[in-house]
Amino acid sequence: MTKTEFPPAIKSRPVYGELAPRSGTAHVIVADGEGAAAVAALFDKAGDARAAMLAKTHILYAPGPTGVDQWPLIAALCAPQAQRTPSVSTLLFRLARVLQDTHMGAQFYLSGTEGLMGQAQRDIMATGFPFADIQTEHRGSTLRRVQCVHCKGMTENVATDPFKCSHCGLHLFVRDHYSRRLAAFQGVNIDAEDPGQIPAAVERFK
Amino acid sequence: MSGGAKIPVRVAEVVTVNALIKRFRFVARDGSELPAFSGGAHVVVEMDDAGTRRLNPYSLMSDPSDRSGYEISVRRDDQGRGGSLFLHNNVTAGMEMVLSHPMNLFPLDNRARKHLMIAGGIGITPFLAQIKQLVRFGGSFELHYAARNPALAAYADALKAAHGGKVNLYFDDEGQQIPLADLLSRQPLGTHLYVCGPKGMLNWVRQTATACGWPEHAVHFEEFLAPQPGKAFDVELTVTGKTIHVTETQSLLEAMEAAGVDAPYLCRGGACGQCETRVLRCDGELLHRDLWLTDAEHAEGTKIMPCVSRFDGRALAIER
Repeated sequence: MTKTEFPPAIKSRPVYGELAPRSGTAHVIVADGEGAAAVAALFDKAGDARAAMLAKTHILYAPGPTGVDQWPLIAALCAPQAQRTPSVSTLLFRLARVLQDTHMGAQFYLSGTEGLMGQAQRDIMATGFPFADIQTEHRGSTLRRVQCVHCKGMTENVATDPFKCSHCGLHLFVRDHYSRRLAAFQGVNIDAEDPGQIPAAVERFK
Repeated sequence: MSGGAKIPVRVAEVVTVNALIKRFRFVARDGSELPAFSGGAHVVVEMDDAGTRRLNPYSLMSDPSDRSGYEISVRRDDQGRGGSLFLHNNVTAGMEMVLSHPMNLFPLDNRARKHLMIAGGIGITPFLAQIKQLVRFGGSFELHYAARNPALAAYADALKAAHGGKVNLYFDDEGQQIPLADLLSRQPLGTHLYVCGPKGMLNWVRQTATACGWPEHAVHFEEFLAPQPGKAFDVELTVTGKTIHVTETQSLLEAMEAAGVDAPYLCRGGACGQCETRVLRCDGELLHRDLWLTDAEHAEGTKIMPCVSRFDGRALAIER
């Protein structure tokens, strides 16, 4: 499976690239689900520098939101530090600790779903590290993390549009409007003007 | 009007800082407050040097919260084109001059957890304003300042007295060098690097930062290029319908201004991008010297920055 191609969208929608090795004093890699294959491909691109890069690598991995678990791909790399976490939230907890000991000179690589990459980017960015220098590559599920603009509640793994807010129950239209600070797409009430007129939910994200 | 709105000022004070540097304080002629600026900003000082119009950018070094005046420090450049010599030799307290509005091409990135500053010689000036700003807003900083010797290290004593261990001094004459690679390897995540100084220092710091794995957007630098002299050339201006001659010591921008063409500009040092002009015909070689266009754009040859770049060849036409 290769990187995901998304249809054209408004400027606010994040775009993702392809992971490529950069010289650095440390390499912090965060991936979920099918992102494991992008991590393996990253080290294949390193060529002669592969062993030296691996020696300075820390990988955090979680299974994807649809249950895809490619941990064996990560384990086979034999990085000195690599952890499989059971969920995104436990992965982010470990990432916070890793960031405490990370100095300038480190490179960051994110791969997998938008929910995971967005939240890892948010946490790395919060240290002052420039978001534009964090590499990303989308792989796997396109399920979305959406914030209800009304009650501010986050709903993970949204598949349909519209969907029902998991906090306040409003029916929300899923926009491409994205917040880097919140690591979420914006969901707005679809029947605000005509209460009860709710279009049938369509599966847009898998 | 090109270059933006102007500020009519009076020279309030001229102070000799050391053998090479003088400080100038400007106040508004009508006594009003000057426009606000942020640390790292510069102004373009307009000079009438016996009929030759000189416009040089200088970093503001005074406290950004002090709007009663602006201060710049100018290093005398005996080999330069004459702007710094004019300021040193001809400008005295009480004189009326004209400044551009302040603009900032070297701002602090306030998302940074810490600001690591590298200054060389007169390159200390933007940091003086930035440090005052950081002290007010509570930002964390560390300054490494290299100068030829203590006598030429302008403001070093005041900085050391005010900020102690955050200020580190290095003197070339004593064989001291900034331990750059070591410094860069032990900065907390989220540190941003700033460098202002001579070109050799800028290149050294930027290359070392890249080698140490520092990301592009965490490395900030300020460089003003003075227009370099070169072969004289002619250029056709297609919009105004003029063909003008650029002398050996003039820049293309200055030649257009001398011919009465109101060409856009801001920094006049190849950095800001304001004077970017389309090249319509070029039979010869564009001598790109700016920091604005990408390498690809330089190779493409369809744009020129008239403030610093020149031409060598038979015929050039630009859209101005």
